[in-house]
Amino acid sequence: MSAATPQTPAGKSPEGAPEHLTHAAGASVTMPPRGPEEQPRGPVIRPGRPVDQSEAAKRFMAAPQHLAMHDQRLWDLRQKRDRQMHGIEEWEELRQLASDIKMHTLTHLDQYLEKFERNALANGVKVHWAKDAGEHNAIVVDIMRARGAKRLIKSKSMLTEECGFREYAAEHGVEVIETDLGERIQQLDDEAPSHVVVPSVHKLRTDVAAVFARTLGTDPDNADAGYLAEQQRETTRPLILSADAGMTGCNFAVAETGSVVVCTNEGNADLSANTTGLHIVSMGIEKLIPKLENLAVFVRLLSRSALGSPITQYTSHFRGPRMGGEMHIVLVDNGRTDRLGMEQFWTSLKCIRCGACMNTCPVFRRSGGLSYGATYAGPIGLIIDPTFNRHKYSTLPFASTMNGSCTNVCPVKINIHEQIAGWRKVLSENHEIPAFKKNMMKAAGAILSSPRLYRASLPLADSALRHLPRFIIYNRMNTWTRGREMPHTPRETFHQWYKRERGKDGKKGKGSNPSAKTGGDAS
Amino acid sequence: MSASSREAIFAAIRANRPKVEAPLPVVPLFDANAPADLVAAFKKMAETMGGKILEHGEDSPIAALRTAVAGRGVIASAVKELPGDDAQGVRAITPDMLPTSLADVEVSVVRAAFGVAETGSVCLPDSRLIVNTAGFLAQHLIVLLDPTQIVANLHHAYRRPEWRQHAYAVFQTGPSATADIEGVLIHGAQGVRSLRVLFCPET
Repeated sequence: MSAATPQTPAGKSPEGAPEHLTHAAGASVTMPPRGPEEQPRGPVIRPGRPVDQSEAAKRFMAAPQHLAMHDQRLWDLRQKRDRQMHGIEEWEELRQLASDIKMHTLTHLDQYLEKFERNALANGVKVHWAKDAGEHNAIVVDIMRARGAKRLIKSKSMLTEECGFREYAAEHGVEVIETDLGERIQQLDDEAPSHVVVPSVHKLRTDVAAVFARTLGTDPDNADAGYLAEQQRETTRPLILSADAGMTGCNFAVAETGSVVVCTNEGNADLSANTTGLHIVSMGIEKLIPKLENLAVFVRLLSRSALGSPITQYTSHFRGPRMGGEMHIVLVDNGRTDRLGMEQFWTSLKCIRCGACMNTCPVFRRSGGLSYGATYAGPIGLIIDPTFNRHKYSTLPFASTMNGSCTNVCPVKINIHEQIAGWRKVLSENHEIPAFKKNMMKAAGAILSSPRLYRASLPLADSALRHLPRFIIYNRMNTWTRGREMPHTPRETFHQWYKRERGKDGKKGKGSNPSAKTGGDAS
Repeated sequence: MSASSREAIFAAIRANRPKVEAPLPVVPLFDANAPADLVAAFKKMAETMGGKILEHGEDSPIAALRTAVAGRGVIASAVKELPGDDAQGVRAITPDMLPTSLADVEVSVVRAAFGVAETGSVCLPDSRLIVNTAGFLAQHLIVLLDPTQIVANLHHAYRRPEWRQHAYAVFQTGPSATADIEGVLIHGAQGVRSLRVLFCPET
């Protein structure tokens, strides 16, 4: 690593925006200068084998500067989100509305898709339908080929990541240029994005300096964020101006107007859509909302939840082709209709990809988005990824502390942690979890489902923890004690104390503990 | 491929659609506590979002605009307050211009349809930009905003007619920004490096 140690702390830059501003994805804390340090990479994907998330997470945690920056950066986004939430009296009402609007749309999805299609066609848009990723990729490349278009400029889209579009396009002679800074960094480094909103958040600026030095010929010793961003602007701009086609994703599609809405901070959706004569939109069928009045709810929630900023710098509305241009919308299923039929998991389709669940998740913040080895990382990824491939992503639902924080911050009120628990159950019933973990869970299940067994087992376990030698408790099978100490065990269980103090009828016995002043509610 | 995929998708939705009672809620306007002074509220938010207000003091807004663009190199104007003028380097934007022809512009001047106090955003529809790239290919942007055309919040904003009339319309809020490298906030990612709003009644 040749990059010099950064002189300016993260969150601030002599060439950046004024210091007091924290809008968009800007940090609201001053973070210490960090790096250089070798960047931890994602898990090795072995065909037919489940992703080893914990192995990759361990390597991320073994890179202290990356770990510290990532944790601090994402927690700051979470705190910025909280500050925005507290500034809006109707916040909880907005979350409920957002959830209700999505529930309504998903349960009437066929009607709204028909309406959207009808209005888009009337606006002069060409509408395409893709059952899966392969169809999506082929449709886009065919549109380009039919017009002799070779270079495609693109704004960020998780759906195109999900479809593996960039790789397919490259194999079919289409050059794809990502215009979002974070996405461009990831493209140049030939690495997947690690976060749905901030794709290169796992990289130190010294990592970016090394990538740009290697691929763009920039100064490897200059890791100033202002310098690096400017280099990307200057090197990408000629490619943008000479492109033949532009592609955007879609945050929201409004059925009553046939419009698609894209939210960016850099303005690259506007750029990608308007600079050439051909605009192609990739959208998942679940992006639909019925009306413009619904859109207000989501625009108010999205950027506040994602970054703690009141709105993205650009909220762009495309209702039809611009004069003399063409606009195409590719509506993609790719597993979404299957998910709609999963009784326990269909509400994950409400997701608006804000990333708030990732920013708040202690596992995500400490293991990095790449460790999940999937397009969607973090808590939302844990409940979406297994719908694509149960075996490959069978370990992911276990990458959670089940603290429920993801559910609490979700702007559309998806019960994320409950669905994580649901997936654990489904995967164990489908033999997708290792025999050891499964037997332990079976034993735990038997004990936990019987109050008598549970009460009998507790003093034994407590006593065992007090008296067993350390090597038996802190062994390789007990993943809980890796990186943790077991808590001190009480001398007696609550039930033992209660029985001793109150007797069978629950009434206070003679000579009882004077500190027990209130009556017995044993729950 | 596309026609049969369409049918397959609709068939799958109809087969799998959850049978849950989920009515569409009515969205209130949430304006009970709207600020009395919308201009002041707009100003504060525009600045919080990285924008600036082009103050004209005792001068007329048009005089302030001329001063702001004087000597700045290539200027592109989509507003009648600043007509094309070769001697001053002001290029009038016309519908026949290629989108990429605005790539050399230093400052674009456009008029917003309206502003939003809640977020400090301005709405720029295609008819006002004349050529859409005027809004983001220039290095800097000056937006004229009629102070009487400011709505309290996004709920009011989405009741405006623009969204049903234009092929393209954008809420622009401050300049193009990125913080993709360690959270360092940079103005001028791929779009404009600065955005200034000039209050100027529309005549």
